[in-house]
Amino acid sequence: MSQQIDPRGQQFAAAVTSLVLVIALLTVPGPLGIALIAVQAALFATSVGLGVQRTPVATVFRSVVRPRIGPPTHLEDAAPPRFAQGVGLVFTVTALAAFLGGADLVGFVAVALALVAALLNASIGLCLGCEVYLLLHRLRSTTPDKNQIPARQQARATQEARSTT
Amino acid sequence: MTTGQWVLLAVVLFVVGFAVYRVATDGHFRGTRRVRGSSEGTSAGTPGVPPAETAASVLAGSGVDVPLGERATLLQFSSAFCAPCRATRRVLGEVAELVPGVTHVEVDAEHHLQVVRDLRVLRTPTTLILDPHGQEVSRAAGLPKRDQVLAALERLS
Repeated sequence: MSQQIDPRGQQFAAAVTSLVLVIALLTVPGPLGIALIAVQAALFATSVGLGVQRTPVATVFRSVVRPRIGPPTHLEDAAPPRFAQGVGLVFTVTALAAFLGGADLVGFVAVALALVAALLNASIGLCLGCEVYLLLHRLRSTTPDKNQIPARQQARATQEARSTT
Repeated sequence: MTTGQWVLLAVVLFVVGFAVYRVATDGHFRGTRRVRGSSEGTSAGTPGVPPAETAASVLAGSGVDVPLGERATLLQFSSAFCAPCRATRRVLGEVAELVPGVTHVEVDAEHHLQVVRDLRVLRTPTTLILDPHGQEVSRAAGLPKRDQVLAALERLS
């Protein structure tokens, strides 16, 4: 059983992420924008490394926000948001490298994608990274060598069908 | 406007559109009237889906060996990184207990990618309603409400 968390904490974190990225988007490629992207990347890295409950934003949620909004009606698994924060980390690190290296267009696209995911999470609680996870899995295993297990199962099913007739 | 402002505008418009679409379609069962894979609906057939004449279960030969419900089977696809899957499991479990002849089966999408592709499941949770022969009659992506599941089962009979 993995760790259980208050889903509203994730929405709060996503709202903070959205705010940071909006300001970043309006100030890049200036130093403030680049600094904000670096801060956000560090927050994502903390989530991935230590867990979504051990970030500074999560501490603010626990000590300031939750006492005002009461206990949650239900808890959620911590693994999906942690995975999504990893996706966010990839985008923000890409953006950081792009802006520092002068590839501004790449940087804007990367920040935009991270912001889309954060806004959808903050507004309707959607975990975009989690949905992409299955799609990537589907794509990756279209290569023939990864189809071994289904093929074996198919063979077994055929065998069973034969033995029943 | 600066580049950043244009990008922000595009992001906000996209997010609003997508969020409205998602909230409107999540958990909504579609396809009840036209049974996929039936003789009338062969245009929807994909390679890998068993031919319609055999009226075989969508799970035939997939390695997913589950008993089908007498009246209907609620087939739920889940994955590890999926927050609404747990809530969906609760809703479908309740419905299966409430409605006689209806069973609930949960399949890990990651471990059955072949059937996931054949059935064109794109997200988790996706819930398929199967008839007693295992043919798909309806499906919903996202967390369905209990009433939505009950209404979809009602249309089945």
